[in-house]
Amino acid sequence: MALQGTFREIGEIAIMDFSGKITLGEGSATLRNTIRGLVDKGHRKILINLFDVDYIDSSGIGELVSAYTTVRSAGGELKLLNLTRRVHDILQITRLFTVFDVQSEEEVALRSFR
Amino acid sequence: MAAITQRIEITLETLLESVDLAESVVMRVSEAAGFDEEDVHKIGMAVREGVINAYNYGNQQDRAKKIRMTLELDPDRMIVYVLDQGKGFELHEVPDPLAEENLLRTSGRGLFLMKAFMDEFSIHRGPGGGAELVMVKKLPHPVSGNGKHQS
Repeated sequence: MALQGTFREIGEIAIMDFSGKITLGEGSATLRNTIRGLVDKGHRKILINLFDVDYIDSSGIGELVSAYTTVRSAGGELKLLNLTRRVHDILQITRLFTVFDVQSEEEVALRSFR
Repeated sequence: MAAITQRIEITLETLLESVDLAESVVMRVSEAAGFDEEDVHKIGMAVREGVINAYNYGNQQDRAKKIRMTLELDPDRMIVYVLDQGKGFELHEVPDPLAEENLLRTSGRGLFLMKAFMDEFSIHRGPGGGAELVMVKKLPHPVSGNGKHQS
């Protein structure tokens, strides 16, 4: 399934609930355009909920990293929520757990933003 | 009767769609060969990364070039070859994606993932000078000479 995202907002925090695959082509482009759109609209606290993303390739990982640096460069924070096992394992073996703030509960994630 | 090696050769166009196609094909073959779900997923991912590499870096998205994928099924393992028509490269030329200074790079993790998901991985120079990626996954239950899986 191509990547689809649903936007929510709680206070200052923009939450994107994603479903599908983050892979080379459409999925990666959707993630890239979504984050760019949120930043352009002034959002600086962004939570990416990957509860329904069970597949990510190297291109998708690259877009997640790009999203992180885009938001950071704009002076904001980007966090990840609800990684599925396969996405979790890939972020772990690529050492990206040392880069991303990964949360498993939404309430805790929301409170963790500065 | 000695077990035979089955061989499937596929020529892929240098198109984005070929990435999904290659992954689907190799996953079907892996399932038929007896790999479990997790290994089928890993093999699919590794091949996906190999074809992405051939598409993006080897063939530079040149529609005139082809990607050749070969699957070999031995009694105890599956070998996947992905050959592009580029200029070739050496593994040591690729920056280490796990190095601190490279963690925020947005590319460069494909080869690492192939190595992580497969049991063996190597790069060779193909007959025409392109890069040939060779990936091996061992069958959990090798097939005996009579075609039966051994526990």
